[in-house]
Amino acid sequence: CRISSDGKPEKFQPPPKPIIIDKQKQKEERRFLSPEFIPPRGRTDPLKFYIERKDMIQRRKTFHIPEFYVGSILAVTTANPYASEKASRFVGICIQRGGKGLGATFVLRNIIEDQGVEIRYELYNPRIQAIEVLKLEKRLDDNLMYLRDALPEYSTFDVNMKPVSHLDHEEIPVNKLQVRMKPKPWSKRWERPKYNVKGIKFELPEKKMKEAQKWSQPWVEFDMLREYDTSKIEEKIWKEVSEELKK
Amino acid sequence: SVTGACQAIQKLTRVRVVDNSALGNTPYHRPPKCIHVYNKNGIGKVGDKILLAIKGEKKKALIVGHKMPGPIMTPRFDSNNVVLIEDNGNPIGTRIKTPIPYILRQKEGEFSKVLAIARNFV
Repeated sequence: CRISSDGKPEKFQPPPKPIIIDKQKQKEERRFLSPEFIPPRGRTDPLKFYIERKDMIQRRKTFHIPEFYVGSILAVTTANPYASEKASRFVGICIQRGGKGLGATFVLRNIIEDQGVEIRYELYNPRIQAIEVLKLEKRLDDNLMYLRDALPEYSTFDVNMKPVSHLDHEEIPVNKLQVRMKPKPWSKRWERPKYNVKGIKFELPEKKMKEAQKWSQPWVEFDMLREYDTSKIEEKIWKEVSEELKK
Repeated sequence: SVTGACQAIQKLTRVRVVDNSALGNTPYHRPPKCIHVYNKNGIGKVGDKILLAIKGEKKKALIVGHKMPGPIMTPRFDSNNVVLIEDNGNPIGTRIKTPIPYILRQKEGEFSKVLAIARNFV
């Protein structure tokens, strides 16, 4: 019993309510549909995409392709007849995810012995034996090609790093890192608005930044012919894919 | 190098020598440049022999990596890497620190000595 400072009996404080975490009850599962399932805009027969999706789901049933985003660190082991033990492992940060359907690719970048190396892997290539996600996170941009012109410390990742466990089922951490660049010239003029890069800390003078805004195209955002609303298509494909995978 | 991405290695491309030979590592006021590619077309890819002009001398070299993206699942390097070689195929240096692509192992017969001094493979 607590002795109050007044000497009079304190008001009864009920004990804190226990927080019940019901693990058996299904939490709101995070929906992640890999971007290569969404068909590109065009006039091709949807039957082609349906057959391709069937093949993709078939491959996913035999080989687990984890969820990852541009900016997460992956380790890929591929079958290689010229490597020792016939398998080679490469660790790197995913800088780009391209292609649709079975030809979907992702590019991993790492710096080994002061030499920058990038490898483009196909997600559905049978030579790939394992894909592990060492660190699952997102970055401010969809395309991290500017890492080629950034200081090398931002692209170096330890080959033997341990996988960082991703705890929450709901949120994916967004790394709001602003990368510092090497001195100009760069491979592309990243300060221009067409690349829409948010993850660079530009240390250029104000005059250069203003001059880069000359190439902005503010009408593109309102162009109705360039619109491609994928929300309904995604819903349909998500239902289809999740049902097939549960079987 | 200062220029942007170049389409593999051809005449007058500046290259980076990666082995620990004296010729490759001593500083000179001009970077080593390719002057001839031993190929039917003048474009050198990984595993091709080229003629290099270094320190006022002509030397043969082997391409071990270039900036141009190659076939899928093969690495793309951030610089054009080259290993100095004699006419009979013996490397001049004794160690190669930078990673070498596994594809070079395909032509094991010609490059076995270069692969023997390589440390890392990608």
